[in-house]
Amino acid sequence: MTKKLLEGSQGIAEAVALCRPQVIAAYPITPQTHIPQELADMVANGKLKAEWVNVESEHSAASVVLGASATGVRVFTASSSQGILLMNEVLFNIAGMRLPVVLVCVNRAISAPLNIWNDQQDSISQRDTGVIQLYAEDNQEAADLVYQAYRIAEDHRVQLPVMVCLDGYVLSHAWETVDIPSQAQVDSFLPPFKPLYKLDPENPLSFGMYMEPDKYLETRYMIQHTMEQSIGIIQDVAHDFEKIFGRPATAIIEEYQTHDATTILVGMGSMVSLFKEEVDQLRSQGQKVGVLKLVCYRPFPKEELYQSLKRAKHVVVIEKATSLGFGGPVASELRSVFYGCPHQPAISGFIAGLGGRDITAETVKTALNKAHRHPVDTEYLDLRTDLELEGISNPAGQHKK
Amino acid sequence: MVSKTTEDLSHLFASGHSACAGCGQSLSVRLVLRAAGRNIITTNSTGCLEVFSSNYPRSAWQVPWIHSLFENAASVAAGVEAALRATGRIDQIRVIGQGGDGGTGDIGFGALSGMWERGHDILFICYDNENYANTGVQRSGLTPYGSSTTTSPAGKVSWGNPRPKKNLPEIALAHGLPYVATTSVGYPFDLDKKVKKALSIRGPKYLQIFANCPLGWRHDTAFTISISKLVVETGLYPLLEWENGQLISARKIGKKKSVDEYLRLQGRFSHLFGPGGDKEIAKIQAIADANIAKYGLMSKSATGVEPPDETVEAARASVTAPPSSPTKPAVRTFTLGELAAYNGRNGQPAYVAYKGKVYDVTSSSLWEDGEHQLEHKAGRDLTEDMNNAPHSDDTLDRVAMVGVLKN
Repeated sequence: MTKKLLEGSQGIAEAVALCRPQVIAAYPITPQTHIPQELADMVANGKLKAEWVNVESEHSAASVVLGASATGVRVFTASSSQGILLMNEVLFNIAGMRLPVVLVCVNRAISAPLNIWNDQQDSISQRDTGVIQLYAEDNQEAADLVYQAYRIAEDHRVQLPVMVCLDGYVLSHAWETVDIPSQAQVDSFLPPFKPLYKLDPENPLSFGMYMEPDKYLETRYMIQHTMEQSIGIIQDVAHDFEKIFGRPATAIIEEYQTHDATTILVGMGSMVSLFKEEVDQLRSQGQKVGVLKLVCYRPFPKEELYQSLKRAKHVVVIEKATSLGFGGPVASELRSVFYGCPHQPAISGFIAGLGGRDITAETVKTALNKAHRHPVDTEYLDLRTDLELEGISNPAGQHKK
Repeated sequence: MVSKTTEDLSHLFASGHSACAGCGQSLSVRLVLRAAGRNIITTNSTGCLEVFSSNYPRSAWQVPWIHSLFENAASVAAGVEAALRATGRIDQIRVIGQGGDGGTGDIGFGALSGMWERGHDILFICYDNENYANTGVQRSGLTPYGSSTTTSPAGKVSWGNPRPKKNLPEIALAHGLPYVATTSVGYPFDLDKKVKKALSIRGPKYLQIFANCPLGWRHDTAFTISISKLVVETGLYPLLEWENGQLISARKIGKKKSVDEYLRLQGRFSHLFGPGGDKEIAKIQAIADANIAKYGLMSKSATGVEPPDETVEAARASVTAPPSSPTKPAVRTFTLGELAAYNGRNGQPAYVAYKGKVYDVTSSSLWEDGEHQLEHKAGRDLTEDMNNAPHSDDTLDRVAMVGVLKN
């Protein structure tokens, strides 16, 4: 184990290289680009023995790793924003074929208007693909989730793609000290890839077949079932990680000051660090506030969330994504977790930070104040009042229900 | 257990699939796999082929096969190839990508161009049935001029597809591919030869196969082969072969057929035979004539003149008769007993007799170790065999006559 001062992207690249992928394909898009560049450099200098495929689109990046994974090798790809959206069709396909592809999403806003800054609309939009999604709070966690992602994906009880998400710029371009394990440590944590099935003339199999209504439904049920089962497997992998690497791993949820909290903030990714600071401050003023960090968004850890949040009076979700025409995906899913249950905290949902707008301590305070006054269905925070929004007379006075 | 030497590779694409009667694509695939053998990994774009061959749990594929999406057969193949490279198996296993004309030339073209440009060691095969057959006969970029499809229907103010066929082989050439060829399911030996040749070359290759769709083209299923021959004999679909950018073979047309003869067998062109259609047919004839002129398709016997492009003939000769092969021997007389010695084995030349003449097939790629299609043996009189052959005797025009058979 060595400590290195690294850019977030470099930390990811170092972690990926230690996992010994044999085929890497990626297409340039900001802010993901530094990860493939780092890996290309390692391949070019013989530090990493892998086939580097310079594809002509993200659709092909995902397709190349699909083909390579089906041929029985460990693979890697990464993208952001429109690139993740272009992969959408292929991600469904990879999951449907039960291929253990690992990819990284450096989270960025979606066009139009074009915006290269951070939010999480890109990966959230892939929530129904059958891809397991893990969100990192900081660069150490981002790197650590990469090692775990391969273990989870390649577990024969899982056989699903895993996407590690980290906030663009906020993490990808931020320099932090990151513990980089030794190759021996990673090798003992992550054994060589043993494919359950592969394309091989010795044993010719057909992949991606045509299936009629009498069987298709079962394939979807099987993925759903695996998703549910995988929560336990992800926890086991995290325990193994702690044993071998000697530091805590949080692959499902992380609770911070929740033991006696009457109000719990819920978030994903880098904003959680801000929540923790804010909670420390509020606690010093006597407020019983805590934080629940959601690491694993898919599968959605219903039971774990229920147990952690059930004693709170207020649950306040702030998220960097929205389902246009409805509201925050995490808030709405969280409400469905509590549907019909004995414990009923008031769950408020806030949208903030889209397109790289800073989420500040003030944003968090505003959310808490509003939620404490009365439950909020969906509200956008930090809307500017000095802009004329055509057709909207009073943006600050949003509809509550 | 079938031994390797007698194994019939025809069934690498097994029967029992659900292709339409007379489907040129299923015939082509069967021939492709027979030529390619077992040591391959295949990818497939979405389309008829994937649907009729892989209805779970029944698969017609006796070789490793993967279908992913409509537009990514080339990039999935690139991933397969990269994995073989990464694991040191690239010299043992050949990769074949497959698509229809839509999956190859339209929606999948970006991925295909990328794969070619990166130089992956992959043979990409386009089964060209000139329409989106699987979705109900819509127009593709490879639909020919004047064809009536469901999205380019002929009507009161329309003669069908208003655009000429996209020239994908020449687009492939522009990528600097070491091997590009066209063939037609009506010429199974040409197809066989080109698949084998392509697989003997490293790097990206492209083969485009004219493959009928009787349903979409609205022709009698019995006409699959005759139509896929006529398209060549008219000059509309030249059978070409380029190596390293040079045209090395262009199948000659023995007796040129008019496009009229080809078009009238197919419902997709039936509107051209109504009032005013003659002008449209003339345009299609002009396309055929332009091909004939461009590629020098008329043979000497048919036109009474030398083919316009001498280099093509010369290059072709250099392929069919490599420098190492013996020079053409003087015409001599063989008894059947003498002929038997020329059986193509143990370094012997391979001669065959047909209607009293003896031909040297030693350097033909269709004859290996004195055998043709695992059935016909050199050193014998094959006059009877030719009656049952799926090709005509003009195939012998391509090899040298070396003698006559003594009665």
